[in-house]
Amino acid sequence: MTGDTLYHKKKRPLEALLLGAVYGAASVSVLLLCGVIGYVFAKGAGTLSWSFLTTVTSALKQTVGIAGNLVNTLYIIVLTLLAATPIGVGAAIYLNEYAKPGRLVRLIEFTTETLSGIPSVLFGLFGMVFFGEVLGLGYSLLSGAFTLTLMVLPLIVRNAQEALRTVPDSYRSGALGMGASRWHMIRTILLPSAIPGILTGIILAVGRIVGESAALLFTAGSARLLPRLGGGLLENVKKLGGKALESGGTLTIELYLQMQNGKYDVAFGAGCVLIVIVLCINLWMKLLAGRWKTR
Amino acid sequence: MEKSKLLVKDLNLYYGANRALKDVEMEIRDKAVTALIGPSGCGKSTFLKCINRMNDLVENVRIRGQVLLDGENIYDRRVDTTLLRKKVGMVFQQPNPFPMSIYDNVAYGPRLHGVKAKQELDSIVEEALKGAAIFEEVKDRLKKPALGLSGGQQQRLCIARALAVRPEVLLMDEPTSALDPISTSKVEELMEALKKSYTVVVVTHNMQQAARVSDDTAFFLLGAVVEFGPTAALFSRPRDKRTEDYITGRFG
Ligand SMILES: Nc1ncnc2c1ncn2[C@@H]1O[C@H](COP(=O)(O)OP(=O)(O)O)[C@@H](O)[C@H]1O
Ligand SMILES: [Mg+2]
Repeated sequence: MTGDTLYHKKKRPLEALLLGAVYGAASVSVLLLCGVIGYVFAKGAGTLSWSFLTTVTSALKQTVGIAGNLVNTLYIIVLTLLAATPIGVGAAIYLNEYAKPGRLVRLIEFTTETLSGIPSVLFGLFGMVFFGEVLGLGYSLLSGAFTLTLMVLPLIVRNAQEALRTVPDSYRSGALGMGASRWHMIRTILLPSAIPGILTGIILAVGRIVGESAALLFTAGSARLLPRLGGGLLENVKKLGGKALESGGTLTIELYLQMQNGKYDVAFGAGCVLIVIVLCINLWMKLLAGRWKTR
Repeated sequence: MEKSKLLVKDLNLYYGANRALKDVEMEIRDKAVTALIGPSGCGKSTFLKCINRMNDLVENVRIRGQVLLDGENIYDRRVDTTLLRKKVGMVFQQPNPFPMSIYDNVAYGPRLHGVKAKQELDSIVEEALKGAAIFEEVKDRLKKPALGLSGGQQQRLCIARALAVRPEVLLMDEPTSALDPISTSKVEELMEALKKSYTVVVVTHNMQQAARVSDDTAFFLLGAVVEFGPTAALFSRPRDKRTEDYITGRFG
């Protein structure tokens, strides 16, 4: 203590140093991310062209293109989400709203957590044997999508659960107090409030799906064909549906295979398209979540 | 208003091993306001929730005794809780409008119970909002989010939401404790008006409020009803020493 004056502001060098370090760390991570994306685009931009996006690589026709992989990627995303979202959200609803807190709930939560720590090759192996051989799906987009469903389930469950948890209990008792059944309350009050959180889970799942290679190589394979369309509407629908049972490689698989063959320009080209797809899906989901909140 | 609406007989409630209600007996008159007073934790909310079976939702609850609504025991195995809660509505301590528009909040109950026609809903919503004395304030913003209203407006909206299913009994758990004085007096006026058409049971911490708005008052202590009777008599000539101590502010 030196007298009564307040004018003794201390210099705190450690504080300043730490602040600098934190700023430094933040800028390094942003710069790294921008650097990687920039590098991929610089390398791949030359390959990008209309025909690259709309044709299929074929030695016969002398074309290099990723149209088939693009379609396969969309198939895998849609099929996986169609399976994983209802199961994941359903599980979250069960865990949060129906199950009595206790050992069973903790066991299920522990299992889902563990599921997300298993390396993806192992999922590939399991998917190949179980979906491919036991269920007879062979190398197919469907087999790949089911395998990925197992992988992204924890993300969807956890985020949906988190979202349900933040819904105030007063909404629940408000609805139940008016005579709503539990399911009616969930459908009309909880799920609408939880939509943004559920969408977050879906965004993370899409990231995982788009980035996956090992689990898909064994289950969905690496075919590059586009669905052969033609004929009437019904026939086309049938062909599009039938494609789910055929083998197909996603962009990431194609990128991997091209890299192995030393075709780096094609690999970087596919990389650019991948980044753009992920970006678009994220922006779209954010838009949806935002629109939902302002309702 | 001499007819009794609710008859509570020998009601006991246990949260696990904790006995929260002890041999409660009460006759709640039709189209009257009954106030429940008593210190925190004496079982007022628990008792209130027994009247529309909101305690069913709590784990490890055991209930013994009877609550007769127009002569029917609401704890009978054949009772449908949806129908019960349609007849016995509830307003909570914290205003809890749903995160949707003002209109959808009020229409929630009628829709739940099967009203679909737009015109019918419109008129129910308007009637309920008028009944809760908030129609004039919100009539131009029915499609706006209910969460944008002030606390006092939100609470009256919740009352409107409860009225929209045309209940017979309205339970209110400290409906003004989260409100400012002006909103509080609005809700109190509302209670006066509501008892013309509804049986109102209100928990309150506020002695003056109980004296102002209620016809009957029950004083709870440690889960038991110490004294129950016409409000005027209970406040001017309490029979029990503990009641006197409480209403004169000597404890609680
Ligand atoms: N959900 C619950 N589980 C266990 N005990 C409870 C629960 N709700 C209330 N209690 C207990 O029951 C007693 C009465 O509580 P409550 O009815 O909320 O009192 P009041 O509304 O008069 O303040 C208290 O001892 C309280 O701790
Ligand atoms: Mg209480």
